[in-house]
Parts: sequence; C-alpha cells; structure tokens
Amino acid sequence: MSVENKHGIQDPLWVRWTLITITIGFVAIFLALPVAIIFAEALKDGWKTYAIALKDPAAWSAIHLTLLVTAISVPVNTLFGLAASWAIAKFEFRGKSLLLTLIDIPFAVSPVISGFIYVLLFGLQGWFGQTLSEWGFKVIFAVPGIVLVTIFVTFPFVARELIPLMQEQGNDEEQAAISLGAKGWQTFFYVTLPNIRWGLLYGVILCNARAMGEFGAVSVVSGSIRGKTATLPLHVEVLYNGFNVPAAFAMASLLALVGLLTLALKTYLEWKVKQQRRELALVNE
Amino acid sequence: MGIEVQHIYKSFNNYNALQDVGLKVNDGELIALLGPSGSGKTTLLRIIAGLEVPDLREESKILFHGKDVAKQRVAERQVGFVFQHYALFKHMSVFENIAFGLKVRPRATRPSKAEIQHRVNELLCLIQLDGFGNRLPSQLSGGQRQRVALARALAIAPKVLLLDEPFGALDAKVRQGLRAWLRRLHEELHMTTILVTHDQEEALEVADKIVVMNQAKIEQVGAPEEVFHRPANEFVMDFLGHVNVFHGRVENGRARLTDIGSKLTWNREAFGNAVYVRPHELEIDRVAGDDGIRGTVRRINLAGTCAKVVVASSSGNEVVAEVSFERFHELGLQRGETVFVSAKRARVFTPDYEI
Repeated sequence: MSVENKHGIQDPLWVRWTLITITIGFVAIFLALPVAIIFAEALKDGWKTYAIALKDPAAWSAIHLTLLVTAISVPVNTLFGLAASWAIAKFEFRGKSLLLTLIDIPFAVSPVISGFIYVLLFGLQGWFGQTLSEWGFKVIFAVPGIVLVTIFVTFPFVARELIPLMQEQGNDEEQAAISLGAKGWQTFFYVTLPNIRWGLLYGVILCNARAMGEFGAVSVVSGSIRGKTATLPLHVEVLYNGFNVPAAFAMASLLALVGLLTLALKTYLEWKVKQQRRELALVNE
Repeated sequence: MGIEVQHIYKSFNNYNALQDVGLKVNDGELIALLGPSGSGKTTLLRIIAGLEVPDLREESKILFHGKDVAKQRVAERQVGFVFQHYALFKHMSVFENIAFGLKVRPRATRPSKAEIQHRVNELLCLIQLDGFGNRLPSQLSGGQRQRVALARALAIAPKVLLLDEPFGALDAKVRQGLRAWLRRLHEELHMTTILVTHDQEEALEVADKIVVMNQAKIEQVGAPEEVFHRPANEFVMDFLGHVNVFHGRVENGRARLTDIGSKLTWNREAFGNAVYVRPHELEIDRVAGDDGIRGTVRRINLAGTCAKVVVASSSGNEVVAEVSFERFHELGLQRGETVFVSAKRARVFTPDYEI
C-alpha cells in the first residue's frame, strides 16, 4: 500500500508511517476503544441486560425526559440559528461582531458553570427564584430548568453552521427573488432554505446529539430526582453509582448508539455540503 | 417608459459613490452607463432599481414616466434586473427559474399554470434555449445562464430592463455574440434598457446613448459617435479609446506640438496645455515637415486591421500611431529607425472645462 502525498512533496517514508500510526493509535485508544467497550460490556450477557434495565420505570422516564428536552431545545435553537444567521449574513448593522462573540459563549464556558448560572438566576436564592416560586413556577430541580440549560448549552450549533454558509452564498439570489416580486417569506422558503438545507441539517444533527448527551449543566440544575428530573445521562450515572454496572452500560450504549448514528449522518451531510460548495464554485465561474 | 433621476447622492460610510447625479432616459432607449470600477455606475443602476436607497435629500428624485417612485420598493417598480453573476436559483430548473416571478404573484394576479407554461416556453424560444427547460443552472454554459437570467427578468413583463455588467464574466467570443443578440432583442422588444459596463467597446457597439461616469459623477452623455469623436474632457477621451499625449501650445487656432508627453507624469502648470491625439490621427513620415516631432520606432505590430507603430521621443515617452498597411509598406519602416510624427487632428481641453 503506497501512501500518496497530495502536493507531490515527499516526506520520507518513515515520517509518513510514524505520523499515521500515531494518529490511528490515538483515535483507537482514546476514542474507538471506549465506545467498543461500552457495547461489549452491554452485550456481555446478551439482550437480557437490556430487558432487565428497561423494566425499570425510572429508565423509561429518563428516556422520555431526554426525548422531551431534546424535542423542545432543538427546534428552539434551530429557529434562533436561522434568525441569527439570516440577520448576520444579509444585513449590515453595528454590533455584528459582538453578536457573533456572544453566540459562541456556550462553547467557551464550562457546562457546569452554565448550569450554575441558571441556579443563580432561577434558584430560590436567585434573582428570579422567589418571584417565580410565588407565581407557582418551579424552574430549578424541575423540567423547565433542564430545558433552559440545554437550550443554553446547544445554542450555537445551528447558528455556527449556517452563518459562514449563508455569508458564502451571498445575497444575490435573494435580491433577484425580491426584484421579481417575491415577498420575504417566499424568498426564504423557495430560495434561501433549499440552498442551506444540508448545512441546516448538519447543525440540527449536532445540536441534537449534544442536547441528548448533555451531563454537566443538567446535573447541576436537575437535582437528579429519580423518575422526575433524571435525563438518560444522569440515569446512567445513578445506575453506575448504585453499582448496577450492566444496566449502566446498557443505557450508556443507547447514548453511544445515538452518537454513532450522529457521526454517520454527519459524515454524509459533510459530503453533501462539500458537493454543494463545489457546485457553487462552478456556477460562479 | 421614460426614466429620470435628479440630484442623486449616495455615500457608504466615508465613501462617496454618487455626487449630484442627474440623468434622463427616453422611452425605448438602450443606454449604457460606462466607467471604471468605483465610478458609481452600478450604484446608480441599483438605486434606479430600488435595490439601494439614495441619501435622503429634498432635491433627489427618481421618476418613472414622470411619477416619483423613490418611496416604492423594488418589487413595486416593475423592473427586470439582471445581475452580474446571473444569480440564478441553483436548485430550480431553467423552467422554474424563468417562471419564478409569475409563480410568486399573489393569488389574485397570478396567471394559471397553463398560462405560465405558455409564457415560459415563449421566452425559452426567444432566448433560443427551447428544450433546455429541465436543465439545472449548473448544467449550462456561462452564456446560456446569462440568457436564462434575462428571460427570467423579462417574464414579469417589466417596464424597464436593468443589466449590471451582464457579459463581464464571459469569454470574449461569447461576449461578442451576446452583445449582438442583445441589440437584436432590443430592436424587437423596444424596452427601455439601462446597461452597466466597464467595456467601452461594448458600450460603443450596443448603446443608443452612452453615459460616461467617473468618480461619482457623470462626465458626458451622448451618442456613441459623439463621445468618441467629440469627448468633453481628457477622461472621456482616454476612456473611450487609446489616447496619445503631447506637450504643445495653441497658436492661432492650431496646436503646435513640441514633444511627446506622458500621461503618468503630467503636470499642467509646468508644461502648458496637453494636446491629445488619437492613434489614427497621427501621421508618420521620414522627413521633418512643418511640425514633425523626431522619434525612434520602438515596436511594430502588424497583427490587426492596420499597422500599429510605437514611436518614442528622446524624452523616453511613447506614442502609438495607427497607419494603413499601404502607408506602412510605402515607408518601409523598421525598428530603431528615425521618423517624424505629426498630428492630422488634435484636441485640447481648457483646464476649467465643465459640462
């Protein structure tokens, strides 16, 4: 098997092989091996482990809660991402770069801190906690808190994917549509959306994976009340801490499966976006 | 439909794009906005379309058929705009692209499916692309895409056609073909058309009237032969064809050339008036004559419709003279030979000339 160098400048063979070995080794040990172990452990006793683990009503409630939180936060962040990237790519306004920086905050901040911020804001000792509790709203240690925190943490995914894509595509097509008499929403649905669909899906997939798997921020905010505010990742922790290792691995493998599916879809969509970019280059010749 | 703009100003941040620009376009005319990059021509076109808004001023007016449309948005102005890079909808077929303007009409004014189909097919015939309806823009050549962009703009039956450097991104040969095609189309449709270009050849060939723009202002407006043979100032003369610069003086209504000048280092105060001569207005001879300027033949180019001879004076400055092949062979010129250049016709622009 020969190793081809794209630029025709040949590194010596031993350099190439060493680098490739290190890379593959790194990926194998730190990434592939842990994931493989999860499935290995989960399937050690066959499907029995899954049957037992899923008999627990807490498990179902955890799965249900994770799905609920994801079902709320992903659409909300998708809408926000679309709005933000539309504004940033199509309009000129002051504070644009500030907005871009703000959008990236959830990436810079540790998830635990993110959760803590919400406790400070909405907890009973927090800014709004007293008022909300008087109105009968429970945010911290309840589902609304989990939803809020998940929205915060997965905030940037769709926006970060769409902004460069829409900036690259420019405004010409939209202006053409408007000059032909299309209204704003018509322009968005018939012209903009088809052009960004792969990037949009890509962002949604990433947002979804993160929303399902978030641990740190949710852990701070939820209190992990069994059957009420335990999401799937929290449930895995509870199982493991309770020395119910097989069940923990079984539940963890569900999350790992979501992760693998996400990877597969991500790769496919990346390929699609690349293809679209290539077409863009042809059209603009 | 006649268009008139008055006292248009436009600045972007600190950049002045248009400075007190006024223009009148008659119904059915094809006019070209011609100028270098940054002259403001595209900005003016977009302001007429409604894609840009001019600076707010009392005197500014944009009149379509006498009616002020400054407050109308682009969709209301019923203009057909063709973008420089076509801006075709990438994911729609040629048919869907052309039909777009008709499909997005509100239910009340929207034509039936059959009518839309009929109109689009009509246009496909007009742009000589019948049978291409199902293709995607990525499957078309540049010239074909441009024709689709034009058909798409025509589909909504606009009152005026606005083209932003429509042929800029195409090969020379394709450009020539499309130029001729556009001219024929205009003769058939008689739609008021405004074309932006930086290619003077294109403007001279296609337009009824040329508007020469430079640095946010209009330098001259006139028919092609007028701006070419009777330019209002040095800029217009230089932009519309090659120009040779001489030092000289005006005596008794005649220009006396004293030496070859250089456009780059021109200093009017030091050298008096510049005298401008077009290459075909220069004469070359082996004898000095009355007012010939001595020079050496630097380069000879015979690949063209006439002989182009580059002559340099002792100061190092060069001029290009165009002589007929017969004259060239008569003289039997060779590189390095000494010759004398004189001007059949010359032009002088007085320093404070204003249009």
